[in-house]
Amino acid sequence: MAYNERVLDHYENPRNVGSLDKNDPQVGTGMVGAPACGDVMKLQIRVDDQGVISEAKFKTFGCGSAIASSSLVTEWLKGKSLDEALLIKNQQVAEELALPPVKIHCSVLAEDAIKTAVADYRQKQKSMG
Amino acid sequence: MVYLDHNATSPVLPQVLEGMLPFFAEQAGNPSSVHRSGRGARQGVDEGRRRLAALLAVHESQIVFTSGGTEANNLALMGCAARRRFQGHVVISAVEHASLLKLCERLNRCGMAVTQVGVDDQGRLSPEAVQAVLRQDTVLVSILHANNETGVIQPLEEIAQLCHHHSPAIPVHTDAVQSVGKVPICFGRLGVDMLSLSAHKFGGPKGVGALVVEHALGLEPLLLGGGQERGRRAGTENVPSIVGCGLAAQWAQETLAEEGRRLRHLQQTLEGRIQTAIPDSVILGQQAETRLANTSAILVPGIHGETVVMNLDLEGIAVSSGSACSSGRSQPSHVPVAMGVSAELATSMVRVSLGWNSTAVDVDRFVVSFVSVIKRLRQLSAPATQA
Amino acid sequence: MKHPVYMDYQGTTPMDPRVLEAMLPWFVEKFGNPASRSHAYGWEAEQAVEEAREQVARILGADSREIVFTSGATESDNLAIQGAARFYRREASGADKGRHHLITPVTEHKAVLDTCRHLEAEGFTVTYLPVQKNGLVELEALEAAITDETLLVSIMAANNEIGVVQPLMEIGRLCRKKKVLFHCDAAQGVGKIPLDVEAMQIDLLSLSGHKIYGPKGVGALYVRRRPRVRLKPLFHGGGHERGMRSGTLPTPLLVGLGKACALAMEEMEEENRRVLGLREQLVQGILSQLTHVEVNGDLQHRLPGNVNISFGYVEGESLMMAIKEVAVSSGSACTSASLEPSYVLRALGVSEAQAHTSIRFGLGRFTTQEEVNFVVQTVVQAVNRLREMSPLWEMAQDGVDINSIQWDAH
Repeated sequence: MAYNERVLDHYENPRNVGSLDKNDPQVGTGMVGAPACGDVMKLQIRVDDQGVISEAKFKTFGCGSAIASSSLVTEWLKGKSLDEALLIKNQQVAEELALPPVKIHCSVLAEDAIKTAVADYRQKQKSMG
Repeated sequence: MVYLDHNATSPVLPQVLEGMLPFFAEQAGNPSSVHRSGRGARQGVDEGRRRLAALLAVHESQIVFTSGGTEANNLALMGCAARRRFQGHVVISAVEHASLLKLCERLNRCGMAVTQVGVDDQGRLSPEAVQAVLRQDTVLVSILHANNETGVIQPLEEIAQLCHHHSPAIPVHTDAVQSVGKVPICFGRLGVDMLSLSAHKFGGPKGVGALVVEHALGLEPLLLGGGQERGRRAGTENVPSIVGCGLAAQWAQETLAEEGRRLRHLQQTLEGRIQTAIPDSVILGQQAETRLANTSAILVPGIHGETVVMNLDLEGIAVSSGSACSSGRSQPSHVPVAMGVSAELATSMVRVSLGWNSTAVDVDRFVVSFVSVIKRLRQLSAPATQA
Repeated sequence: MKHPVYMDYQGTTPMDPRVLEAMLPWFVEKFGNPASRSHAYGWEAEQAVEEAREQVARILGADSREIVFTSGATESDNLAIQGAARFYRREASGADKGRHHLITPVTEHKAVLDTCRHLEAEGFTVTYLPVQKNGLVELEALEAAITDETLLVSIMAANNEIGVVQPLMEIGRLCRKKKVLFHCDAAQGVGKIPLDVEAMQIDLLSLSGHKIYGPKGVGALYVRRRPRVRLKPLFHGGGHERGMRSGTLPTPLLVGLGKACALAMEEMEEENRRVLGLREQLVQGILSQLTHVEVNGDLQHRLPGNVNISFGYVEGESLMMAIKEVAVSSGSACTSASLEPSYVLRALGVSEAQAHTSIRFGLGRFTTQEEVNFVVQTVVQAVNRLREMSPLWEMAQDGVDINSIQWDAH
């Protein structure tokens, strides 16, 4: 199948590839998917003192659409509050990248990764009291 | 050489071959592959489908590409019959192509009842006669569109309408191998549920055909494995041939009206001159309201068709004494017999079928040779009858 | 060098220009219907068809009367399996009466597997034989699976995904001894490995034009005459091909198939040596520059032009995208539009995760050394780049065992 241009752009020039220190209390990590299903997405966010996401990084094992979906959400996350981040829905990702039906699950994975990363950050903050 | 046997097969249109060539070379990928060379092949298939769909005014998803007309007929009839577990009643006409009759013998051996509806002396089927044989357990009606030997076209619209009136659930199939590309066909207006066609009968390549299917109709596939053609026909797509089929369809659509007029004119010349020179000759189906403009089946009393064809071949003129699939046999064709022609007269049949490269010169050469061959043969047999 | 570099020779092969040249006169000038008996157009076409039949027969060590032309290997497989199954169940008498069991390995092509599955719905029983880790059929397992009810064993010559070549000689001997029919889908084997239906005691053999540098839309089925193998036809009608396959014979395609067989037979030995050299260059180039790379399937009993490699921690489809200047496939071309990992690799015991990281490289007649070098370089670069993006690679580098993690399957 032919990929959409926006997918190709993110795939060839992925934004924000990399890792943050997962033990840093300011960092939330979300790892979703499974190798057996052919995609694993790791999404990390750094949250500043105002509760705003200052940095987002990803690493993804998966097809071009999975890589593009994660790259795209790291761009969207920056500058958002955690509550705003949770408003990002997979449909928006799918629409932006014009994903075909067989690739919708990539955008679902990206949404899951955001939720998991935010939850991880909140859990850390709570346990620190 | 003069070739007037287009109902057996036509040469591929040069521009069609031209359009196919890239798909033998740089675009030679497998349409199922996701890489670029596969995508090029896929586009070729899509384009071919689009062009064929346009000719018949159907949606692309209604076209199932096959290896030819025979496979399309088999997919239609066997595919339907298998769904019904080979039970029930099938209606066909008495003038179907020999291959479809054979297929129905098969259905019959599998346990299905088959009724053949007869035709009148012009080869026409009456819609009411079809309606009259429909039964409670009729599961399929298959009526050919244009006959390969006489060119007579059946009133399919009325037939389909009456069948569906009897029961909307009865699928109506038509073997349109001889008519597609020669007369305008709007699948929806024809009202049938399935239509078989073959590309090499209208300027496309051999080895490709299609079954056009009404959206809702379910068919049991004949070929399994790979899921191509929406699961209705497995096997790597025959990309160059599908491209060629599409291009031939496009050419047909663009030239249909003009070619029809041109061939009709040649046909009138041909038949007029033969009937003037040989007053006791008969053109089968000549009084039928609708007949293909390219086909003339000529009967000449006291003459053996095979002998005429052989004599013409010696003079460099290719015609046929019946359909190609059964040529070589000496029994009379079932088609004139069904039209009430005596077996003896029927064996005199010579079929002339024109096509895209036929010219007035070809027709002239045929007429001159045919008339002289008939005269010669009649002289040879004359002393015997006088004695 | 032409771009993209074509390395998908098991998906389809480009046509050999010599094949196309042989075909060209048969479209426009010599266009007759081989079934037309009444004029020279038909006769010359018939003659060409019979010559093609000879050429096909020769590469199999068969008699030309044993060759039935079809539209391709899928049709041949369907005709062989459905045809034999239906004939020997319903119409055979004596010792053959009423047999209803078929055996086929789980790694067969879909055309065989789907056909078998369809026959199950008609009341046949099918044993789907597991294969060994190297992809080869175990003869003892095959022998054990054969019962008095078995009518046919269908085993491919060479696998389309992993290229492993089955021990046809031994399988043929076993089937003959047990008096069951042996059908061999040789779409990937013809022209690449020596085939001899007599020596290998093959009863039915499928082949395809477009896998051997011939045209698409044409293939053949070899049907043994002595002892005679009977089939129920799939297509009824004009009675072509001695009643086994009705339909107008597509002269140009058949001429192309014949020519392709003749060329393959002539050039096989030399070509195999050359292609094998190129494959070794490819495999060595990759293995020497990348770690965590594994070749799937037996490397000894294998088509010279095939290698299937798993690149650990890199998903196959994204790798294909990264090397888009190289046309390869991940899994079989027929199923690669789906997300399921290859069932062939799974049958070898390759984990689902690893199956997702595999790429099939198919080399062939027109592959050059320059192309192989380019592919090695492109693949190594792409794998390194994608590993940098891969969370699994990162974990592996940190010493985390991926298999020890509880992944939630979504």
